[in-house]
Amino acid sequence: MRKRTGAPYAFLAPALLLFAAFLGAPIVYAGYLSLRRVKISGLGLGPGSRVEQWAGLSNYTRSLSDAEFLPSVGRVAAYGLLVVPVMLGLALLMALLLDAGRTRVGGFARTAIFLPYAVPAVIASLLWGFLYLPRVSPIADVLEGAGLSSPDFLSSAHVLYAVANIAVWGGTGFNMIVLYTALRTIPRELIEAARIDGASDVQIALRVKVPVILPSLVMTFVFSLIATLQVFAEPMVLRPLTNTISATWTPLMKVYRDAFVRNDLYAAAATSVVIAAATFALSFGFLKLVGARAFRQED
Amino acid sequence: MKRTLAGVLAASLALLAAGCSGSDDPDAGGSAPGGKVALTYWSWAPNMDKVVAEWNAAHPDIQVTVNKQDGGDPAVAKLLTAIKAGSGAPDVMQAEYQKIPTLVSAGAIADIAAETGSLKDKFPESAWNSVTLGSEAVYGVPQDSGPMMFFYRSDVFDELGVPVPTTWEQYADAARRIHGADKKKYLGTFSANDPGWFSGLAQQAGASWWGVQGDSWSVAINDAATQKVASYWGGLVQEGAIANTPMYTPDWNAALNDGTQVGWLGAVWGPGVLEGNAASTKGKWKVAPLPQWDAAKPANGNWGGSATSVTTQSRNKKAAAQFITWLNTDPAALKALAGTANVYPAANEATSVALTKPPAFFANQPDFYTVAADAAKVTNPFTYGPNVNVAYSAYNDAFGKAAESKQSANFTSALATMQSTTLDDLKNSGFKVAG
Repeated sequence: MRKRTGAPYAFLAPALLLFAAFLGAPIVYAGYLSLRRVKISGLGLGPGSRVEQWAGLSNYTRSLSDAEFLPSVGRVAAYGLLVVPVMLGLALLMALLLDAGRTRVGGFARTAIFLPYAVPAVIASLLWGFLYLPRVSPIADVLEGAGLSSPDFLSSAHVLYAVANIAVWGGTGFNMIVLYTALRTIPRELIEAARIDGASDVQIALRVKVPVILPSLVMTFVFSLIATLQVFAEPMVLRPLTNTISATWTPLMKVYRDAFVRNDLYAAAATSVVIAAATFALSFGFLKLVGARAFRQED
Repeated sequence: MKRTLAGVLAASLALLAAGCSGSDDPDAGGSAPGGKVALTYWSWAPNMDKVVAEWNAAHPDIQVTVNKQDGGDPAVAKLLTAIKAGSGAPDVMQAEYQKIPTLVSAGAIADIAAETGSLKDKFPESAWNSVTLGSEAVYGVPQDSGPMMFFYRSDVFDELGVPVPTTWEQYADAARRIHGADKKKYLGTFSANDPGWFSGLAQQAGASWWGVQGDSWSVAINDAATQKVASYWGGLVQEGAIANTPMYTPDWNAALNDGTQVGWLGAVWGPGVLEGNAASTKGKWKVAPLPQWDAAKPANGNWGGSATSVTTQSRNKKAAAQFITWLNTDPAALKALAGTANVYPAANEATSVALTKPPAFFANQPDFYTVAADAAKVTNPFTYGPNVNVAYSAYNDAFGKAAESKQSANFTSALATMQSTTLDDLKNSGFKVAG
């Protein structure tokens, strides 16, 4: 009897330990830090002039009332409204085209579309950074060769699109593969039946395939949403190249600035908790909203 | 599906949290077997390991390992994280002058006055002041300094018959003539990415952004001297005589190399930058002192420069102090620093023992280091405060917007933003602030 009750815990122990050490503890620690602050006295130079103390919720009020915070949230919202529909639209279009089987280079196209996803975001941003800077950009060369003046991709009017473009370039392939894989699991009889009923390719795509892969679309949407809220690497890499990206351009960049530029771990922890809560709320809110409908077919 | 999602969320939270809790560095200092001392040393100067090899050969009992860093900012971020974590800091650390008050305030670097004795006579006053913060304590030994200098393409100046500017008024004229002759060419750029560059220019004009009055700090970023500098550059950007894009970008490198940027307000370490970015222009550059506000009273500012400090986590402070004293004052070490690590040593003795011939990229200018030494001599005093990082990041953002707008008025208001951000941060942290 005793063995039977103990065994599951023994099997679970390694996972629980790892979870506690690498997920639970850091989260709790971040939460703890967000309620602390350092109080400095006098010039702050001698030993003992710096004490850590409880801060209550002051880090949260400071973080939320920071004049830079709301604009950064707004920027991410605009960025998300741009990236998510464009990226998922392209991914769905490409997946449907590949699945329609009218191309001879399907395998090659799949790999080619997927490949940018294998490029780390930092490298991708560096690559695009070079393409955006007028004096080193082949795009500018081509435009000037054609007698056109090249736009300044990193100017304040275009910089949001420049950053969004990198995310779309890097993310479309992954989402395309997810959707394509879902499309391949659709029983072929279903499509045959639709065809016999006289449905065209477009009708099959929109009225048969898309509804069937709806759960996958929901999943890619949620993943893209989370990635959007956490946009960091692209603007961070482009920042030294231009005047138009500030240190607090996105909320995560503000966390980074507070923690590692201003050495204020406490404010950074508070903002992190806020971002995490928002991510939770948005993702689960969306799932709750569409979940019942989207997943009924799976059950 | 939902579980995967929760996993992703949890993982992202963990990443956030992990970013805040820092990492342990296994090679923190300690005693090697047999009474020998092993020291670790974080530095980003090129070839520092070769300089240290000379020390290691002569001192078998104190072996130093160099751990190459990416640069000043990431090294400080790493050090402060290690201090917060309680372990993982090196014994010895390269620390830029402007970071010293921050590091002292964070309890990251140690007072080694007892270990070093007085080295005051071996360094120029401004450098020594940077490591003592005007107190009895010694928070490091000065390693290099960065007197600012004006680099220019002598071939372009000759061709257009533009005289080399000695005052800022002449610099503005030269900028207008060069840009007027060829719309693609600029004498320089206003870089919102380089607060150290701007603070050097403000220092030359007589500013000192922080100050200590009794037991409280003062902040004077928005003072008359800095306002003068900001509106001067705002005016040049507004009329389009100089560019408004940041330095140290692939674009700027290409502009130096293809001759569209024909001048640079750099510092004594500039030849290395020019050699790396504009190799094809070798032999065409010359160096002159910084243009002056008042030609009768030459003054200068610093851009860069650092000290070598001992961290509070070091268990061998005495050995570490002995090493950094050798590194920054011994003639053999000074020679190696200048020749191998390409730094401009701060020690007074360096001019006679180590800096006898010009850097390779300026072989055409034998008096390179005379110009540098003259510039260093008239460097204005400047005090850094405990939140330079806050002021500098405010500079990036506020002047980034101003430069992008190309409106002179925005340059002066950017300065006001910098001042209030810096002051508010000091007050909010609890520092005693005057005024």
